[in-house]
Amino acid sequence: MLTPPQVAEAYFLESRHMLLEIAAYLDRYDAAVARGNGSNGNDKATAADTTSGEKKLGVIRRALAITSEAQPTKQRTLTLLELFAAPETNPTNP
Amino acid sequence: MQIIQPHYHAIARTAQDYERMAMSGVVAVAEPAFWAGFDRKYPETFIDYFRQISEFEPTRAAQYGIRHFCWVAVNPKEAEDPILTREVLRQMPEFFEKPTVLGVGETGLHKSTKNECDSLEAHVDLAMKHGQLVLIHTPHLADKAHGTRRVLEVLAGMNVDRQRIWIDHVEEQTIRPCLDAGYWVGMTLYPITKCSPKRAVDLLEQYGTERMLVNSSADWGPSDPFTLQECVLEYRRRGHSLQEAVEVFHNNPCRFLGQNPKFDIPQIRIDTVATGVRKPVST
Repeated sequence: MLTPPQVAEAYFLESRHMLLEIAAYLDRYDAAVARGNGSNGNDKATAADTTSGEKKLGVIRRALAITSEAQPTKQRTLTLLELFAAPETNPTNP
Repeated sequence: MQIIQPHYHAIARTAQDYERMAMSGVVAVAEPAFWAGFDRKYPETFIDYFRQISEFEPTRAAQYGIRHFCWVAVNPKEAEDPILTREVLRQMPEFFEKPTVLGVGETGLHKSTKNECDSLEAHVDLAMKHGQLVLIHTPHLADKAHGTRRVLEVLAGMNVDRQRIWIDHVEEQTIRPCLDAGYWVGMTLYPITKCSPKRAVDLLEQYGTERMLVNSSADWGPSDPFTLQECVLEYRRRGHSLQEAVEVFHNNPCRFLGQNPKFDIPQIRIDTVATGVRKPVST
């Protein structure tokens, strides 16, 4: 098994990449909001779509807060999976 | 859709990559001189490498209907040896006469040392004296912002034609100053360490498509030539038209590389043809 420094080194670039993708996702959302709906010929978003989108972003922001906890009471992965499975935080679940 | 891969290290890739690229619409690649993974000791090694990419590699690409062009330079990772650099530079002009050599590249910075900056300046100076295009590498990861600033500082002190210089591997923190200064920029799509296809499309939407190039680089390290097609798909699925995609992934390379008349691939304009089929008229 890997030592702590080996873990930090082995997965640093991959984690950096994934964090940049998440940051870009949030920036992309903000840019779309600033631009308004319906650019590039895409269908205009309904009020329900917008609410659903805000909820999804809210889940991601909560997930990021959980991820960045330095001393979690249980594994971050477990907490995140529970968050993503919860009906009140998962707009795609009925 | 026809695509041009403007930065591609073909000698590090298999023939199968050529075949799959051809099947996915790639009609041309341009191969800059690159680091071999170790520092070469002799000028003759560079000269043979330049012969490989300017004479042999076009024949390999041609088997798959792909046009192959190239650039020559001492890569910034090997620019710490000024004697070696000077000797290679002395012999580079003979390659400018080759039918598929488009210019000087990739020069640029790696650790932004004095020797690297001197080499960059000498490369750009040689290119301008011989009317060549220039492809400039900017550093990776933590060195990128500083290295890109140094590239711009070196160029600012020279008499250059900015429209003929492409600064590559830009990301969110470096794209604006390069565009504002009037240079072409390139976004290089790597699986992990450079820009991603989605982020490249974000930048195209944020900064527009003028003077923007997208490439996969695709060398012997962790890289994938098909990140370019992934970027085309991402661009299209966001609602950009086929013509807009052609402008970015085919016509922009034609615009920049075509400043050298050896690159003779014409731009494409998508047109629709009436089929003559008419809806039946109801009576």
